[in-house]
Amino acid sequence: MNKQGTSETVISIGSTTSLLKRDWLPIVIVIAAALIALVFVGSPSIWLTLTLAGLAMGMMVFIVASGLTLVFGLMDVLNFGHGAFVTVGAYLAYAVLTMMTGLTVADNLVLNVLALIAVVIVAAVGAGFLGWIFERIIVRRVYGDHLKQILITMGGMIVIEQVVMMIWGSQEQLIQLPTSLRGAFVMGDAVVEKYRLLVVVFGSVLFLAMYFSLSHTRIGLLIRAGVEDAEMIQALGYRIRRLFVGLFVVGSGLAGFGGVMWVFYRGTLTADIGGELMILAFIVIIMGGLGSITGCFISAILVSVVANYVAFLVPEMAMTSTIILLVAVISWRPRGLFPLTKR
Amino acid sequence: MISSLLSEDLPRSRIVAFTLILLLMAMLAAPVAIGGLTIMSVFVKIAIFVVLVGSFDLLLGYTGMISFAHTMYFGIGAYGTGIALKSMGASWEAIAIGFLAGAFLSFVIAVAVGLFSMRTKTIFFAMITLAVANAFAVLVNQFYTITGGHDGLIFQIPRVLKPAFVIIPRDVFGVPINGTTLSYYAILLICGLLFLLMLRIVNSPFGRVLQAIRENELRAEALGFNVLRHRVVVSCIAAVLACVAGALNALWLRFVGPEVTLDLQVMLDVLLIVVIGGMGTLYGAIIGAGVFVFAETYLQGAIAYIAPMIAEVPVVSVVIHPDRWVFWLGILFVVSVYYFPEGIVGRLRNRAAELANIKK
Repeated sequence: MNKQGTSETVISIGSTTSLLKRDWLPIVIVIAAALIALVFVGSPSIWLTLTLAGLAMGMMVFIVASGLTLVFGLMDVLNFGHGAFVTVGAYLAYAVLTMMTGLTVADNLVLNVLALIAVVIVAAVGAGFLGWIFERIIVRRVYGDHLKQILITMGGMIVIEQVVMMIWGSQEQLIQLPTSLRGAFVMGDAVVEKYRLLVVVFGSVLFLAMYFSLSHTRIGLLIRAGVEDAEMIQALGYRIRRLFVGLFVVGSGLAGFGGVMWVFYRGTLTADIGGELMILAFIVIIMGGLGSITGCFISAILVSVVANYVAFLVPEMAMTSTIILLVAVISWRPRGLFPLTKR
Repeated sequence: MISSLLSEDLPRSRIVAFTLILLLMAMLAAPVAIGGLTIMSVFVKIAIFVVLVGSFDLLLGYTGMISFAHTMYFGIGAYGTGIALKSMGASWEAIAIGFLAGAFLSFVIAVAVGLFSMRTKTIFFAMITLAVANAFAVLVNQFYTITGGHDGLIFQIPRVLKPAFVIIPRDVFGVPINGTTLSYYAILLICGLLFLLMLRIVNSPFGRVLQAIRENELRAEALGFNVLRHRVVVSCIAAVLACVAGALNALWLRFVGPEVTLDLQVMLDVLLIVVIGGMGTLYGAIIGAGVFVFAETYLQGAIAYIAPMIAEVPVVSVVIHPDRWVFWLGILFVVSVYYFPEGIVGRLRNRAAELANIKK
């Protein structure tokens, strides 16, 4: 379709040389969407609250989707069971949090943040380990067969969710944030929830870390090259399989991390908590362009912010608006906002 | 005659053929020989699942695409009929209008989703159908004034189809022959005809092209077949068939709600039945649906019966528990995709073919 435009973006994202050459249009669209929403919402304070909530949601979707898009881009493996790692991360957070009430009940920001970081580490490591097993038992045997991949990873997800129910029960559990992270502070007449701000910080830091490790490290170089042409990387003598397993484990760990963020955001947890986020993650991957971290980040924010504005203006249309947005973006750029691959 | 009815696509395995005949006879005889709503409900569920699963197999087994929106079309058929019967009263016109509106909506959505998602990359079809189905389920929940939301809708059906409409009183056969019996046979007949229609479709030149696309998309394209158009057309056919199954389901249950139509659980049941029965064999839909519905009805009961006896044993009592039904389905699903991808019918057919070879 627009071959000219897309090949240009491949170059500009592929190299980090010139900032001017970069494709700024999608970012402009996010800002434009926010400004248009300001006109419709009317009140700037409500708009600020909505935007922050949307940003926080976008960060969580990004955290979950980032691993998935790299795995998909690199090895063409589509993991429909990714949501299971979100669930496992969320439940691990719940388990760890109930064990260290001392740190979370204390009204001390440092202790609380330390507790949260400990929770995140446990959840990410646990989900990553599970991802490693999942790759070995479930995914390894179905490389190259999309149909079986979708079926088998879906089946794996059901089994994991059921095991979670066996361990923690199927009834809804309540989970509370560490004391000093609860509540909000008021800026002007806008209410800014502390936790949302924290999620935005976490997500942005993760994005920057991923962006720089992809563009400035050797592993990152290999991953980017692998996303573009896996066979060539193998021909040059790199073991792409090992790279892939590593990426799969990291992706699962990130899903666990996302699960922690998501469960505190919701406040309640059930075994299907991962499923809700997965649908958004899929949309974001398609919209962002396979294997593109920047695309994933921008489209996660775009989707969540727009869904949030629409949910405020016309509550019934929130999910539908997301799909309309996807259709619009894909009609404009059929291979996503920042396409990396030629596939 | 039978051969041409089945579009010359015979079961090709004696065990399959025998089981099918047995099942068909049991279905036809059940209301008179056994009687009672339980057994009729089991068979109606099998018949409806045959259409739902068979139409899904047109996509998965014959064309090689996974749609997660299939139960959405099932739901559209059910809700269309249900809403019309609720708002217009129990009349045949309501059924017709509700069903046609549902079928039209299914068709439109199938065209839109198909054209949009397959224009980019085929694998996106699975993800986009999942998202669309989810959006639809959310919409149904939000417009609860029309759809009944979480609780669903209970509605009346025309009097002829209700148990109060007595055709032959109880004292003739020992079981009453009434409107319920009538709707039982009507549903069986419609489902049977739709099954023959699906056999016809997959054995037509159009169906052969679908299988060619499944085997090698590029080659099919190179041979001059429009892959995109075939995929969109088959997803429309599947959608409308699922819609019919949904309408029949609504008429039988006199109820429509998210749990029996739109839930992801229903989609997983459908996937499991296709895989167990055998992808790419429509007979697999019958065998799979039969096995699944019987297991669901009787095995689940058996587990509930055993559960209290083993309540003391530590790990076993957690694993063998009525609530863990889905866990076993998941295990069964994963194992069958690995070790049993051809399904029951595929396996039996292969064996029959081997035996025939040895005889030669």
